[in-house]
Amino acid sequence: MTAQVITVTSGKGGVGKTTAVANLATALAADGKKVVCIDGDIGLRNLDVILGLENRIVYDIVDVIEGRCKLKQAMIRDKHYPDLHLIPAAQTRDKNAVSPSDMIRICKDLRPDTDFVIIDSPAGIERGFRNSIAAADRVLVVTNPEVSAVRDADRVVGILEAEEKGSPSLILNRLNPALVRNNDMLSAEDVLDLLGIQLIGIVPEDEAVIIGSNRGAPVVTDSRSRAGQAFRNIAKRLQGQEVPFMDLEQQNVLWSAIQRLTGRK
Amino acid sequence: MEQVTSLVQIKGIRDGLLATFSDAPWEDQRVALLAQIDERPAFFQGARLAMDVGTQVLKVNDLVDLRDQLSERNVVMWAVISESSTTEQTSQLLGLATRISKPRPEEQRQFANTVTDDTALLISKTIRSGTRIEYPGHVVVIGDVNPGAEIVAEGNVIVWGRVRGMIHAGAKGNRSAFICALDLSANQLRIADEISATLKPQKDPRPEVASINSEGRLQAELWHAG
Repeated sequence: MTAQVITVTSGKGGVGKTTAVANLATALAADGKKVVCIDGDIGLRNLDVILGLENRIVYDIVDVIEGRCKLKQAMIRDKHYPDLHLIPAAQTRDKNAVSPSDMIRICKDLRPDTDFVIIDSPAGIERGFRNSIAAADRVLVVTNPEVSAVRDADRVVGILEAEEKGSPSLILNRLNPALVRNNDMLSAEDVLDLLGIQLIGIVPEDEAVIIGSNRGAPVVTDSRSRAGQAFRNIAKRLQGQEVPFMDLEQQNVLWSAIQRLTGRK
Repeated sequence: MEQVTSLVQIKGIRDGLLATFSDAPWEDQRVALLAQIDERPAFFQGARLAMDVGTQVLKVNDLVDLRDQLSERNVVMWAVISESSTTEQTSQLLGLATRISKPRPEEQRQFANTVTDDTALLISKTIRSGTRIEYPGHVVVIGDVNPGAEIVAEGNVIVWGRVRGMIHAGAKGNRSAFICALDLSANQLRIADEISATLKPQKDPRPEVASINSEGRLQAELWHAG
């Protein structure tokens, strides 16, 4: 077994990197894969909260790097999936406590007994971002259909290309088909046209995502959620399966028809 | 140690430190530079380092490796000055500065001598946000110029693609310079010291040429064959 190391990054903050990591890791674990997520946001950790593992943290990644514990001791097992582990970030340190070669070493140690290592990059393009991409075999760029988020994503894609990390794949998060229809939001085509990279998934806007994050239960575990379905599909594509893209438009028309029939709208 | 350290000269400049490299093999000089830093870590702590690499031709990996090794020692590499256009282009793509605020006088002269009217830089990729391409001649881009990207050329700029970033042609004052593109929906265009407002994106984009017209204003016009 040799793990694939996948880094999730975005440039801009608040577009859903951590949510994407939590959901993809959970979906891969639900498919029976051995998954380790690493929170690369030293000083502003929150992947543990979204996975609902906050109160189990004893050691963190900086403890591993500085030799206070073994790698295994810093790996927190998920509540529901025994093959899903989290290596949390240190909350009381900053990005300079970790270097790119530390990340490469940790990933090298994880590779033999893991299928997927998923690294949650901090926002920005500075040290923390460089640490997070150092060991990556593949990079996923998350963006929202907003001009500022797309421009930051473009910057990140440019850096990845310049550093010869290969072309990243795109997750377009929080797309609202109704707004796109009224020309009030960038469409998936607009975003892809500008970034010119491969699309790996479109996640529709869905309240269930926020509810799931607050409960520490990622939305992929909710079989009725459309965002959950989108993340499950991306996880399948990461495993090399061909999954057709969801038709957001059609589903939405159907959904509004149901709402009309049931008198909810 | 005397011999090793003399490979790379480090001195203080207004913007931090400047490391000057010689023509010796890059690998030896890289090791020498790091050795100098490791010798006096307290002095180099948090330093901003510019590098004058002379005629060295450096690839992305050379610069990225050194930048990461420097950053592990808490030294920031922010500029690479080079006489090789390959190295200069690599540095620009990595977001490093390629001029420092006080260029050496002999550098200025070199540009004046080497640049002729028909020098052009060909870039066969999309220029993305945050990338600034500066060139003392013409620039030809096969690809798009995305919002947030900048091209500054002393000659003309030709883009076989869509322009949505900033382009400055004739940057040293050449008012007869022009900019042409398949789709010119730029944020801002500049020719010499004239600046255009935002060009509205067109529904049905057609090739356009921007130049300074007889009234002295920057204007974009549809391109007509012949």
